[in-house]
Amino acid sequence: MRRALLTRLLSLILSLVAASVVIFVLLQAVPGDPAAFMLGTGAQPDTVAALRADLGLEGSLPVRYLDWIGGMLRGDFGTSYTYRVPVAELVADRVGVSLPLAAYALILTVVIAVPAGLIAASRRGAAADWGVMGATQLGIAVPNFWFAMLLVLLFAVKLRWVSAGGFPGWSDPRAALGALTLPAIALALPQASILARVLRGALIDTMGQDYIRTARAKGLSQRATIVRHALRNAAIPVLTIMGLQFSFLLAGAIIIENVFFLPGLGRLIFQAITQRDLIVVQSVTMLLVFAVIAVTFAVDLAYALADPRLRRR
Amino acid sequence: MMSGRIRLSPAGWIGAALTALFVGAALLSLVWLPHDVGVLDISARNLPPSPAHPLGTDHYGRDMLSMLMAGARTSIAVALLAVGIGLGLGVPLGLLAAARRGSWLDEVVMRGNDLIFAFPSLVIAILITAVFGPSAVNAILAIGIFNIPVFARVARGGALPIWTLDYIMAARVAGKGRALISFQHLLPNITSLLIVQATIQFSLGILAEAALSYVGLGAQPPTASWGRMLADAQTMIYTEPQLAIMPGLAIVAMVLGLNLLGDALRDALDPRLRRMGV
Amino acid sequence: MTAPLLSVEGLSLTIQGTPILRDVALTLAPGETLGLVGESGSGKSMTALAATGLLPRGARMRGAIRLDGTDLTALPERDWLRIRGADVAMIFQEPTLALNPVHTIGAQVAETLRIRGTPRAQARRIARERLDRVGLAGVPADRYPHELSGGQRQRVCIAMAIACRPRLLIADEPTTALDVTTQARILDLLRDLSRDEGMALLLITHDLGVVADMADRVAVMKDGRIVEDGPTAAVLGAPREEYTRDLLAASRPAPRPARTIAPEPVLEARSVTRRYGGFTAVSDVSLTLHRGESLGLVGESGCGKSTLTRALLGLEPVQDGSVHLMGRPGGTAMTRADRARISVVFQDPYGSFDPRWPIRRIVSEPFHLTGRPPDAEARITTALEQVGLSAADLTKYPHEFSGGQRQRIAIARALVTNPDVVVLDEAVSALDVRVRARVLALLADLQDRLGLAYLFISHDLGVVRALCDRVLVMRGGRIVEAGRTADLFDAPETDYTRELIAATPAIPHERPRRMPHDRPALV
Repeated sequence: MRRALLTRLLSLILSLVAASVVIFVLLQAVPGDPAAFMLGTGAQPDTVAALRADLGLEGSLPVRYLDWIGGMLRGDFGTSYTYRVPVAELVADRVGVSLPLAAYALILTVVIAVPAGLIAASRRGAAADWGVMGATQLGIAVPNFWFAMLLVLLFAVKLRWVSAGGFPGWSDPRAALGALTLPAIALALPQASILARVLRGALIDTMGQDYIRTARAKGLSQRATIVRHALRNAAIPVLTIMGLQFSFLLAGAIIIENVFFLPGLGRLIFQAITQRDLIVVQSVTMLLVFAVIAVTFAVDLAYALADPRLRRR
Repeated sequence: MMSGRIRLSPAGWIGAALTALFVGAALLSLVWLPHDVGVLDISARNLPPSPAHPLGTDHYGRDMLSMLMAGARTSIAVALLAVGIGLGLGVPLGLLAAARRGSWLDEVVMRGNDLIFAFPSLVIAILITAVFGPSAVNAILAIGIFNIPVFARVARGGALPIWTLDYIMAARVAGKGRALISFQHLLPNITSLLIVQATIQFSLGILAEAALSYVGLGAQPPTASWGRMLADAQTMIYTEPQLAIMPGLAIVAMVLGLNLLGDALRDALDPRLRRMGV
Repeated sequence: MTAPLLSVEGLSLTIQGTPILRDVALTLAPGETLGLVGESGSGKSMTALAATGLLPRGARMRGAIRLDGTDLTALPERDWLRIRGADVAMIFQEPTLALNPVHTIGAQVAETLRIRGTPRAQARRIARERLDRVGLAGVPADRYPHELSGGQRQRVCIAMAIACRPRLLIADEPTTALDVTTQARILDLLRDLSRDEGMALLLITHDLGVVADMADRVAVMKDGRIVEDGPTAAVLGAPREEYTRDLLAASRPAPRPARTIAPEPVLEARSVTRRYGGFTAVSDVSLTLHRGESLGLVGESGCGKSTLTRALLGLEPVQDGSVHLMGRPGGTAMTRADRARISVVFQDPYGSFDPRWPIRRIVSEPFHLTGRPPDAEARITTALEQVGLSAADLTKYPHEFSGGQRQRIAIARALVTNPDVVVLDEAVSALDVRVRARVLALLADLQDRLGLAYLFISHDLGVVRALCDRVLVMRGGRIVEAGRTADLFDAPETDYTRELIAATPAIPHERPRRMPHDRPALV
């Protein structure tokens, strides 16, 4: 178990290194001189040189890479060229919106998907199953940002229950959660549809296994068999999908923030792109990728808990 | 499957019909559109449906039906080329990894896959756009790169159980190498898996293209695209909600069609699932 | 006569409209063992599932299944839950798949009791006791199924089934997936349990030898009907029905008459050793196969026979020793032309062919080694005709053939390059006995006509005896005994060979009924 954990940790670190190299090369090596890139074509050579010095963009690529990584490890994400403040500060402000939004959406996803998947699998072929399958088929096809617009149209424009966007800050948690509710629903619905279908499929697969027949032969009812024998085995593919979904939710949050004018990482990154603020793009992307890799790692560990066969590998 | 005809379910036929409708509209738009979408006519803006404009006009006076048809062309082209990238690179990699299961090569391919999975396609698009600027080509690359590990996994996962079968052993006894076996025995036997996955990735590509062009990272004006139309309509959602509803419905119908078709193909092509359906 | 515990009367069954069972009648007295025999698809497993109320969806039943006089066919699911596991328990063929991989064995045995309200501590105590009873005294209850051997897993399944001391145990091919020595021990256990606990046993099997060993009475099933039933000795000693006679004849193939083989080595292994990391799969194995000879290679799973086969076919390198084919370098060192001199037939009639290839392409695949000869078409046709098929089959696909026909196609593929050596890797193990007998006869006939040398790899001593001139017994990667077939069966030299022979279920006439004796209980 300990050795397996160490191998996983090593592979986690290797992935992070590889990802950081990819991001760095794309953003700093490919454009040539990043300072010149950020200032655009008409910039004076001395202005470019000044910016280069200002942002610490001097030196060879490997040196700059090591500087960047070293800084990230210390919590120094560089300085934003447009805002003239440390990137870490910008990020700190906005993580408080993006992360709760993704987490809220993930919780909604699970809360919707698990009962739906269970019902569909246990009433296979019945009306409930058809209903769940039809609704999820539609849910998958709906783009989350369009669904978000429809929600705004209905609840903000027609019914006037909520405001159409913006974020009041966490000083008033109820208002903050309220502002995140429509965005979280918009994010969660397509993902919940996917998860419900995966869960249904995994459960049906598991229900076809011999050990389910054994359990039934012992005298367990259909329902008890699902709860005691099928669910935990079906959890394994479901966990994989949930891991992937986290990265979709994070990326999706970037887009949904635009619909609801939420001051999150997504808005930050789009503004940075339009303003060619490479330092911000670089560090924020790295953070997103770090979050995804860390979640994948956590999913790997969760596997081992769900499946004893993996524990002693 | 081998010699018999593919039998689709009723839902599968609905999916096939929807897909054919949009693909047909996109093809038609190459040679003919009801109105030129390059011409802006402010005087004719936001018109309700009429015989001349069956779906009305947008805020620049462009014919909505023509815009939707041209948008279908963009969506389908981007998603199809992205699937092509995934198939072209992912399938050989996956077959290679399966043929050398457990070797360093397998390890490298699979870890490389994991690495790409760590970058959601939107993040890839953001990176590419940050450097090269937004365009349809960059959208294709961003979606296509993400398709590579998907197809590599499907190909590898489909090939691995086949590698343990006796007919592979018989082919090896007949002196065939791994590459030839992969081509002659593995590829034809995972085709149905690949077709199903391609349908799924196609529909995901449509969604991704819409998302990218909605946030301005995809096709640029004057190229029509559904995501772009939604972004434009958002500012007028209070006054002209129909402008936001129609492109969205088009996306939903196209994606729904592809998904229904994909599910039906899976049921028709995969005998294991067909048996489960009993 | 005592009142029957289980009686099945006029049971007919259709699944999705397809008739499965027709007018099946059975009775089982308390404590009695009934053997239900039949080939694959005869309906014997469905009979068992009907008796436990676990039929697949789409099943329609007519007739009656009475347990202590109560008809179960119309029983609501709620009442079934009380009967299943408590009065009627069941074990299945694949112990590996029958246990839930994510629960400990102790928990799975205790669950049978827990769902009936037994307090946790008591359930745990009884579970331990039942595990001890089935011969797992040394195995902690917190082990997971993947940590046990196949035989141990089947013991866990039995412990689970008998946890509530049911009066009827239905065992569906309980030993088919196990090695022959393990099978013997599991059968002993079932017999002891039935006797000690007064538990009736419905034993479903394709193996008449197992029935002869175990059952008080036997019922023979074919195409969803019981064709013959009665006391075991009567049915097996003097069968009334043609079908039973066929089955019996096929189940005990006659030993092959002794033949004189001229010493002309075609395939030789000299001190071959194959290691995987620290594990030695094949250790210092030498063998010689002569032209026209059948050499049997017998051993249980994991003995190294598959690894040895792959080395002889040149699919895997060896670390020590050498392989020779017709006096030239063999194994991985074979030239392409030499590779065409040795061919192989595998076990699985379903996995042996690419489902998308027509028979013509399948049979001609070995020409890849030689280049396609000008008379290829004629040779493909000849090969097919040699195995009893015709040129008309060339354009068909594998799924259009039965298991036995597929094995004939596999043999045709092995013959198409006119090889000197054919490796038969469990080539008849997956076939029903009557089909197996015909394929064995075909193999013997082809050998006589074409002068082929066979390396016949099998776990089944009975079929080895029917075909082989000499036999090698393999265990733990080594050849532990070698000799002429008759000598080896009549006077085995090692304890292991004796154990193998004793463990092989036999039908009377050949040898007296095997008595359970002092084998170590732990498998």
